[in-house]
Amino acid sequence: MAWRSLLVPAMILAASAAASAQAPDYNLGRKPTDEEIRAWDISVAPDGKGLPAGSGTAVEGAKLYVRKGCVICHGPDGRGGLAPNLAKGKDALPASGHAEKNIVVFSPFATTLWDFISRAMPLQRAGTLKPDEVYALTAYLLYKNDIIQENDVLDAQTLLKVKMPNREGFIPPDISQYKPGSPMPFTIIPDPAAEKK
Amino acid sequence: MDDREPNRRRFIKKGVALAGWVAAGGTGFAKGQTASSAASETPAKDLDAYGERSHYVTSARIFPPPWGPDPFGLTSHLFTPLQDSVGIITPASLHYTMAHKGFYVPDINPAQHRLMIHGMVDHPLIFTMDDLKRFPSVTRVHYLECNGNKARPDHKTVQRACGLTSCSAWTGVPLSLLLKEAGVHNGANWIVAEGVEDNKGSMTLPLAKAMDDMLVAYGQNGEPVRPQNGFPLRLLVPGFEGLCNVKWLRRIKVVDEFYGTYNEMDRYTSVDPKTVKPLPFLQGPKSVITFPSGSQKLPERGHYQVTGLAWSGGGAIRRVEVSADGGHSWKDADLQSSVHRMAHTRFGIDWVWSGEECVLMSRCTDELGQLQPTLTEFARFLHQTPIDLFTKAMVPNGHNNYILPWKIDPDGNVQNGLA
Repeated sequence: MAWRSLLVPAMILAASAAASAQAPDYNLGRKPTDEEIRAWDISVAPDGKGLPAGSGTAVEGAKLYVRKGCVICHGPDGRGGLAPNLAKGKDALPASGHAEKNIVVFSPFATTLWDFISRAMPLQRAGTLKPDEVYALTAYLLYKNDIIQENDVLDAQTLLKVKMPNREGFIPPDISQYKPGSPMPFTIIPDPAAEKK
Repeated sequence: MDDREPNRRRFIKKGVALAGWVAAGGTGFAKGQTASSAASETPAKDLDAYGERSHYVTSARIFPPPWGPDPFGLTSHLFTPLQDSVGIITPASLHYTMAHKGFYVPDINPAQHRLMIHGMVDHPLIFTMDDLKRFPSVTRVHYLECNGNKARPDHKTVQRACGLTSCSAWTGVPLSLLLKEAGVHNGANWIVAEGVEDNKGSMTLPLAKAMDDMLVAYGQNGEPVRPQNGFPLRLLVPGFEGLCNVKWLRRIKVVDEFYGTYNEMDRYTSVDPKTVKPLPFLQGPKSVITFPSGSQKLPERGHYQVTGLAWSGGGAIRRVEVSADGGHSWKDADLQSSVHRMAHTRFGIDWVWSGEECVLMSRCTDELGQLQPTLTEFARFLHQTPIDLFTKAMVPNGHNNYILPWKIDPDGNVQNGLA
């Protein structure tokens, strides 16, 4: 009996939730201003969504690499520091065997570099670089890996045209794999009938 | 007396409001509450205010090289002492942590913390922590496991070989509820989740998973989420790789493309040196014997309870089997805890050690029928030999869930059976 009295309100609640699936139900939180969204939204997509105006070259980036302190952790030539190597070594993209996974050579998108420098660097002062500085530092790292020329100007348009050496190696994730309840991509599911024998 | 009065009044008011659902007991309970609260008005000190375990209990996390301290002097990985675990809940103080090199755990004032949901939605929204706590909450038991939780032959203990997994009762709001409030546009299929820490760690995750069972969690084992685990707010993505569970969560952007963030494009990619294949997200069925386990010693022949933990990203654990002869024959173990989906499940089985050398192993099956693979089977998935897995410098992506055997010698010493 106690059950029934609880069930009825639960059913009404469920029905009303279904009836207004897309409308705000709780009216909690507040609408951010456009300015707030702009300030918070630092994501940059491989197709360039989110890239701000600005530009820079490797020549400018080389100076910033020293002035902003990148050199202290990443080494004078982008190698041999405490932090990950940023200039390619001989194992950058071998035909087989161990790949160094230097992010500059390894990432299929130049936007990955831009996004990470902008959001995460320099250490302890993340988010302080201006767009021009991020373009210049991205250009410097691409130049150190023989991907662009020293005087190439990077901006929101040219960054997308950079031909990344590992672009062909990218296998885009198959969103259809991620239906709830799907098994792992590689797994063993024994046949229960076979097991009984 | 003065500052107690408003509390009392508020409580009685709440009692009246509750009366709509619960007919009796409202005011009576309030009275009792007022009387008993007088006794606890003065904050207790030290152990009375916040308890501590017995000084005889010394179980602790470890940060073995090369995981910490890192070149910047920071601790990156902390391993949970699974050998000392009982039941299925990991105390928050012993929960594993993993932080990418070079940043500190942020010190976030919850009163100032905000979560923004924006992107392909009708109504972008900003929530305070108080806002989030006004939504209906759910509490769910879920494990978390780091992608780096890979047992190797040189790992002496279960803590070192498998300690980057832990399990908590997480309390929070289903993300689907918040996304429905915001009104997701047709055509959206991913979310980008981002933390507030120094490097603003960010992951692209399937929207279908967000609508299914992701949780925006503020509670862990009955108290606020600990700073190392994401205080005041973290994302819970049950059954997905640990790094998907964004800590110190500040922003969720609904999008229609894969963003290819640093984490997704760098170390967490495929085995093939030239292939950039992002993590498959899902973790497979995995189990490990926590007693007897590496570096322990059986004092004498006779009866023991072999016990351990099993979990799977595929859902609930349906079956755990234990072998005492290196995998030639298997016996069903008992599931000794409540069984939650995507959660540690405790198993145990009676066993008599004859005093002879033997190899103990466990394997589990989840609700999808997925069976935990042996090392050889796992290596085959990756087109490798078992030896390649441990000798090649490259790190295979995806979840490592192969069986970890424990070898027991005639003296009762337990050693890593992969060696």
